[in-house]
Amino acid sequence: MTAGVELADVTMDFAKYRAVDNVSVKVNPGEFFSFLGPSGCGKTTILRMVSGFIEPTQGKVLIGDQDMKGIGPNKRPTAMIFQNLALFPLMTVWENISFGLEVRGVDKATRRKRAEELLNLVELPGVGERFASQLSGGQRQRVAIARALAVEPQVMLLDEPLSALDLKLRQHMRAELRAIQKRTNVTFIYITHDQGEALAMSDRVAVMSRGQIQQVDVPQKIYNTPANGFVASFVGENNKYSGQLTSIAKGQGKFKTDVGEFAVTLGEGVNQDSKCRLYVRPEHVDFSAKPKAGENAIPVTVESVSFEGNFATVHMRDKQGHKLAAEVRNDPLNPPPQAGTSTNITFDQDKALALLDSEAVAYEEKD
Amino acid sequence: MATKPTHAILQTYAYAFLLYLLLPLVIMCGAAFNDSRFPTILPWNGFTWRWFQELYNDATIWQATLNTGMVAIAVVVLSVPIGTAGAILVNSLKGRSRTLLYATMIAPILTPGAVIGISTLLFWYKFNAPAGLQISVLAQTSFIAAYVMLMVLARLQSFDGALEEAALDLGASHSQMLRRILLPHLYPAIAAGAVLAFFQSVENFNATQFTRGASTTLTVYVGSKVRTGITPSICALAAIMISITIVGAIIYEVIRRNNLAKAEALQAQ
Amino acid sequence: MSELFRRYGSGLTYTAIALTAFWLLVLVIFPYAGLFEQSFRPYLPVTEINGPNDHYYIDNYLKLFSNSQDMTFGIGSLDVTIPIPIHLWVFFITIVYSSLATLIVFAICYPIAYCLAKVLKPSLLPTYLLLLVIPLWVSELMRSFSWYIILSLKGPLTIVLQTLGIITDPIHWTWGMNGYSGIMVGLVYTYILFMLFPMYNAMTSLDSNQIEAAEDLGAGIFRKHWRVILPHCKPGIASGCVTVFMLSASSLLVPNLLASPKSRWFTEVIQQWMFETHDWNAGAAYAFILLFTCTLFVTVMMRVFKVGFADIAK
Repeated sequence: MTAGVELADVTMDFAKYRAVDNVSVKVNPGEFFSFLGPSGCGKTTILRMVSGFIEPTQGKVLIGDQDMKGIGPNKRPTAMIFQNLALFPLMTVWENISFGLEVRGVDKATRRKRAEELLNLVELPGVGERFASQLSGGQRQRVAIARALAVEPQVMLLDEPLSALDLKLRQHMRAELRAIQKRTNVTFIYITHDQGEALAMSDRVAVMSRGQIQQVDVPQKIYNTPANGFVASFVGENNKYSGQLTSIAKGQGKFKTDVGEFAVTLGEGVNQDSKCRLYVRPEHVDFSAKPKAGENAIPVTVESVSFEGNFATVHMRDKQGHKLAAEVRNDPLNPPPQAGTSTNITFDQDKALALLDSEAVAYEEKD
Repeated sequence: MATKPTHAILQTYAYAFLLYLLLPLVIMCGAAFNDSRFPTILPWNGFTWRWFQELYNDATIWQATLNTGMVAIAVVVLSVPIGTAGAILVNSLKGRSRTLLYATMIAPILTPGAVIGISTLLFWYKFNAPAGLQISVLAQTSFIAAYVMLMVLARLQSFDGALEEAALDLGASHSQMLRRILLPHLYPAIAAGAVLAFFQSVENFNATQFTRGASTTLTVYVGSKVRTGITPSICALAAIMISITIVGAIIYEVIRRNNLAKAEALQAQ
Repeated sequence: MSELFRRYGSGLTYTAIALTAFWLLVLVIFPYAGLFEQSFRPYLPVTEINGPNDHYYIDNYLKLFSNSQDMTFGIGSLDVTIPIPIHLWVFFITIVYSSLATLIVFAICYPIAYCLAKVLKPSLLPTYLLLLVIPLWVSELMRSFSWYIILSLKGPLTIVLQTLGIITDPIHWTWGMNGYSGIMVGLVYTYILFMLFPMYNAMTSLDSNQIEAAEDLGAGIFRKHWRVILPHCKPGIASGCVTVFMLSASSLLVPNLLASPKSRWFTEVIQQWMFETHDWNAGAAYAFILLFTCTLFVTVMMRVFKVGFADIAK
């Protein structure tokens, strides 16, 4: 059994500040949905509202189309994976897993059996008699998941569960979690500040900042067509220019900066007087000794090149001193320009996005 | 500069201190076996059990012991729940209210026993409750609960709040969560608090002296018997109590070392 | 606190509140308030309470200043005779000797605490601490009583010194220091552990590296202690001083057992009011004076050592 979750005009005010500001979002049943954003953006608050540990100041939380107002965390069809896992230290692994069944009055034999089944599901057979302190980080993760699955929740809530793990383990667990979700078809709501995680695992992602949702979409669209400046900067790398729109026509326009005027594609909600900036991703930047007329081009000087393995990052400066970066695939037959070279970078109009400045911009970089 | 000679002097001093602490108790126990009308170990007149016999035959001592036991049990029964409740309450507060509550709870520890005794006596007298062991129980509880509170609070602060939330999240009711998650974590502190409360009650003199009325407890009886003349039977009592304490200390140490070894073994796995 | 309701439900939270309220109100605050109030009223037979003779006055406190007696002090070669109220004198003596005891206890304990924390072999520590804890658990009564036996006229101390030929006649050990020597010895011995443990705890929390750094920089023994170790241990010292002073000033057992014909302790005076004269109101007033003094001492300690209230409680 699985259910969808809906937040309808939800606001959460604490004594001194507003953590969640008028958020409305629908999570579909069986979906792997992530809330992505920096610390303090409100994603943890949202999770706690869905799980029932806090009640929204305004708005409604619905699970399976049922209003959850006044229903405590122990009565909701949710199960949470806590950031520090919160495994009960005084109980064995199988007691931990079957705790949810124990409080429902299920008899010991049945509980034991179910715990063993779940241990097999998360690929941890035979550790039932151990204590949490005797397991490794990855193993404890899986016990936490098994414990949550034991109560057959309609919605699983995951609070940055992988943040404490080392890199290799994290990548392995990403695939695991995704696999488990697909197998059980439970709705997963996942919060994280790691955009790689969110993009890799989710069916859809909600990018948040300062209590507001910036964009909700499938990972590809979040990356390729960010809704505003915040999403463009937070997700992936981006070269950024301030300037002015000089003309617009049918989703495209001209953007004037201090290094030239460029043909751009307009982002969401951009019109003539919008405050916006130009964004071009490093991987969409080409090098050209002699750019064609009408092409978007910027003369640059290469400062340094860092070799990252399957690609290289070229760090450059334009005539005005702005820093730029380009990502070039590693091709020994086609090496990137060397440090000290003066050349031009070019980029296509449909990769040059003019995006609204979000007032949630807390990410100002100094050029 | 810290040098070897300085260290040697210090260590000698430390051992001398230990001797200073333990020797008087040894002398007192020794006097219980000396066949001398006056409690002393010198001159040694021969080994005897007669003071223990005299103790055994002293009816007042038995009554006093009984009273002491009842009072101690009553104090434990009262102060353990109260102290635990206080700890849970103060732990849930922050800032000024927390400091205020904490200070109020600790105040009885810093109050002279005489003041506790008299104030309790006077207060209940207003309700026509006369002096007696019940009043002593109430007087003792007022500060012994604070000791329990301190022990439970220390343990509470090492408790991961997320565990409570996890239990609720998995469907436990509030009382189930308390029973299965919080209390098991607190049991060591509660147990230690109960033991502490018991012994604090047994050894209490000041507050009890002012509130007991006509009844007597062991500590009070012995303390006041001195004025009326004593025999080494008191030393016999002391010897018994000290032996109990030593046994208790050894048990405590054994348990402590056991737990330490267990914890280390678990970590090593 | 709303957290509590959320976490434990209303039933349990109300129980916790009720228990704590019972404790703090019924067992602590109301009795103290009652004590305070009653200390301002005259001692009257039951029938006259709340009657025309019942009124607030401070006479109970003024009784401290009554009953002057001539006391003679030898200052140098001069003999000065001043009339001093007895109870006031006893109060004064109690404070003085309690403070002296606190000082002595501190002086004895400081090197021990330092030794235990920094010098003694760590493997010996558990055993040492265990032995240390035995006198503590044995109870105040036993500790005081053991010195009663040792210091008694024909007791072990006398016999040993006589056997060694150091003295010939038995000495009244408790008669020294104007009759307070027995009490002093008793106070120091009985309460010394209450200074040792807080100080020891404070010392162990001091990073040995700091001490070594001081030595590296050339600090001598005195400076090492005065500038590095002592300041760090302030909370422990303050806690110990407060406890020892309070226990000494309000002690009943020690002054009782180790008394001499000339000794009187303030708590004994309170006892007199309560159980001999049966003037509970005067007893209340005197008890309050004692409470006030202890509170004053705590506050002064907190200021002098610049520690907060929470640091003082064990």
